[in-house]
Amino acid sequence: MMTVLTSVRNKTVEFTKEVGDMVLFLGESLRLIRAKPSRFPEIIQHMEFIGNQSIGIIMLTSLFTGLALSLQIYLGFKIVNMANLVGPTVALGVSRELGPVLTGLIVAARAGGAMAARLGTMRVNEQIDALDVMGVNTKQYLITPRIIAAVLCMPLLTAVFDFVAMVGCWFLCVYLVDLDEAVFFSRINDLLELRHIMEGLFKSAIFGLIFAVVCTYRGFFTTGGARGVGEATNRGVVLSMVLIIVLDYFLSSLIRIFYISVGITG
Amino acid sequence: MSEAAIRLVDLKKTFDGNDFVLKGIDLEIPKGSLTAVIGFSGTGKSVVLKHILGLYKPTSGKVEVMGTDISTLKPDDLTKFRCNFGVLFQSAALFDDMTVLENVCFPLLEHRRELSKKQVLEIADQKLRLVGLDSKHDHKLPSQISGGMQKRTGLARALALDPEILIYDEPTTGLDPILTEMVDNLILDTHKLREGTTSVMVSHDLYAAFRIADYVAMLDAGRVLLWGTPKDFEKSDIELVRKFVDKGMKHQ
Repeated sequence: MMTVLTSVRNKTVEFTKEVGDMVLFLGESLRLIRAKPSRFPEIIQHMEFIGNQSIGIIMLTSLFTGLALSLQIYLGFKIVNMANLVGPTVALGVSRELGPVLTGLIVAARAGGAMAARLGTMRVNEQIDALDVMGVNTKQYLITPRIIAAVLCMPLLTAVFDFVAMVGCWFLCVYLVDLDEAVFFSRINDLLELRHIMEGLFKSAIFGLIFAVVCTYRGFFTTGGARGVGEATNRGVVLSMVLIIVLDYFLSSLIRIFYISVGITG
Repeated sequence: MSEAAIRLVDLKKTFDGNDFVLKGIDLEIPKGSLTAVIGFSGTGKSVVLKHILGLYKPTSGKVEVMGTDISTLKPDDLTKFRCNFGVLFQSAALFDDMTVLENVCFPLLEHRRELSKKQVLEIADQKLRLVGLDSKHDHKLPSQISGGMQKRTGLARALALDPEILIYDEPTTGLDPILTEMVDNLILDTHKLREGTTSVMVSHDLYAAFRIADYVAMLDAGRVLLWGTPKDFEKSDIELVRKFVDKGMKHQ
């Protein structure tokens, strides 16, 4: 029993220390945003990688997410004769939860994993040491642009996810289960508000920050050769995904509390 | 002896608080010299090198480079100070997503922003030719050239900013004898061409150290066992040094 408790305590201390180190790492990276020289070209380059190169997989997954979710909701709602609410239900679910979370998970796996692997390889091949001794601020050159690019790209990718998922929902409702198209759009128009979409986009920016910090941290401090690179990538992606799912709940709760405090319900 | 470019004063280092990797290194590397730091594996050569480059902070003692105690510099100042160094890594450490030419241009684009693109390319071209690399390799990626060419590119990159101090971290480890001799000659030629530049070579290749270095520092168990010219080493009575020298002579 004591061994288990000791193990839990040690793991907790280790995890807390690591989170603290990551916060310091983030702070240092953000402090360097305004440092010279400007890293604008690097930000654009990373945005191309995180954003542009993720669009294909985001569109594909969001289309089928929209189709599958709409089908399940339609099957359930049909029993209680509420099939005309499939559109707004999917719209609310996708814009507030599924859009940011699934986009976060997909991009964390694709771009976050690549970030950790790239930085880890640079570390074990002495490329980061080479930058250091060349008088290049490695955090400003390697980390800050990646974090900024992830935070900027995630809301854009989430918007694409939301839109394509709704295209899937529209296609299923109108063409496959033959719901009335005018009713489909009018019900969405009645129930979906701009703040619902903004809520999802805000969360996705936070998720971008999370996976970028976790994966760059893991990659930047890689030790132990090829095995270390594999471990850094694996641990970076897994921790990012877990944090995205856990934080999603807390962010949703905080947003609800904020709405209540300013008198908004629903 | 001329003034010291690098001065290590009672340098001690421990990573875990108990075992000292460096147990009080005192070493002065004269300005304009080519000094080789030699010793068995695990004697602290690379740790000394990382202190000189400011990658490690000493547990105690002082690391002075060109009169500046770099262990007391703030991180941002240390980053700027490192522009005085050019380093050739054991693995060359070329950026694998950049071509040979881009690798050499990189330090110039980072630190000499006042230069036009044409001037940067001219300087990079000049450095690549200086180390004997043909222009037909300029647009190849590091993975597309041989190990020897990678070393040449690494050296051209290290020379790009015309640094005051050139550091070679085990430059010939893992290379065949022909390539080893080529790299040794390259280091010697570069040193001769660049009057006033201080070169420090960390190596366990005794033959190379005795052949090309002005001074040799031999480390053992975290201390400097002997510092002097190759001739001083030949005359030394210290048993471990004698073993090293005999081995060096056998190679010659």
